[in-house]
Amino acid sequence: MGPIIPINDISMEINFLIAFLVGLGFGFALEQAGFSSSRKLAGMFYGYDTVVLKVFFTAAITAMLGLVFLNYFELIDLGVVYINEYYIESAIIGGVIMGLGFIVGGFCPGTSVCAAAIGKIDAIAFLGGSFLGILAFGETYPLWENIYMKNYLGGLKLSDAVGISDGLLVFGVIAAAVLMFWIGEWAEKRFGRPDITKEI
Amino acid sequence: MAHHNYVTGTKKYMNPYVAGIMLGTVLLLSFYLTGRGLGASGAMKSAVVSTVNVVAPEYTQGSDFYGKYITGGKNPMNSWLVFQVLGVLVGGFLSGALAGRLTWKTEHSPNITARKRIVLAIIGGALFGFGSQFGRGCTSGAALSGMATLSLAGFVTMMSIFGTAFLFAYFFRKNWI
Repeated sequence: MGPIIPINDISMEINFLIAFLVGLGFGFALEQAGFSSSRKLAGMFYGYDTVVLKVFFTAAITAMLGLVFLNYFELIDLGVVYINEYYIESAIIGGVIMGLGFIVGGFCPGTSVCAAAIGKIDAIAFLGGSFLGILAFGETYPLWENIYMKNYLGGLKLSDAVGISDGLLVFGVIAAAVLMFWIGEWAEKRFGRPDITKEI
Repeated sequence: MAHHNYVTGTKKYMNPYVAGIMLGTVLLLSFYLTGRGLGASGAMKSAVVSTVNVVAPEYTQGSDFYGKYITGGKNPMNSWLVFQVLGVLVGGFLSGALAGRLTWKTEHSPNITARKRIVLAIIGGALFGFGSQFGRGCTSGAALSGMATLSLAGFVTMMSIFGTAFLFAYFFRKNWI
């Protein structure tokens, strides 16, 4: 029964080895998809390359379907699985600032590590910038503390918030993703930039 | 292309849907093994907390933000996410090596200089780093892993990241297209 590590008493060394191996797969998949290229990632927002949409939603669907099935067959105790805690204001404000960082910088933290690994200098710069941003938050934390802690709703699931079953929500996400994939494929033809695609 | 791609043969990148299933399987494995998803910005926070702690230990202990990561002599670098991100570095490198993509390069649009690209990358990184702390996780930990567990926080963070980037894309188009 999963999750294996929290349920069984696994040593810290093995735990960190598993972390490293999981990261290895994570980095490999990101790089193979082309997430090591900022111009490929930015293509999402101009329509010439929608790989971000395709990879992100395929991955999310694979994992959420997997969790639903593991739970159904009683192979995982979802009570032990971490559900992100929801604070209304901080999730939105944080997301907006990150979105701005995405369009200005061309990476997110995970993809910048992956791109830095193959020698992208802009990714190393982004990574350096992210340390500065985290430091800036840490240093100015008292200014944000109130809004950061405001409206705590706990580990709330979207399915519970709207009052539908997990399975129905997953079905809805899959339907929405298929529609978005179709739009993505259309956008790549409509907004195609062979000059850029050739280079990345 | 100068080097042979040992993963996909003649194509430069893996089919995005196949890569997505691969990434989703890694994410699912992470949940099954550890009860948590993937992450990135958390490891960077560990590095920042450690650095601040070396420079000013007393200040770090007294801080509401940094303090909780070092209470009781804890070392913030001894964290699951730090090892996971080291794995990302090695995994990305292996993939790049097998696909013939290892080169030092500043990728930028012909409209802007490499120097401007670097400055924008630093500013963008700083915004993303700041936002990831405000939003309790980045695209990996909050948006992707959060959505996989169907958490409302995950969906809201995902929509706010991508929605904002789409909203501002027009103003930054010269940097990309």
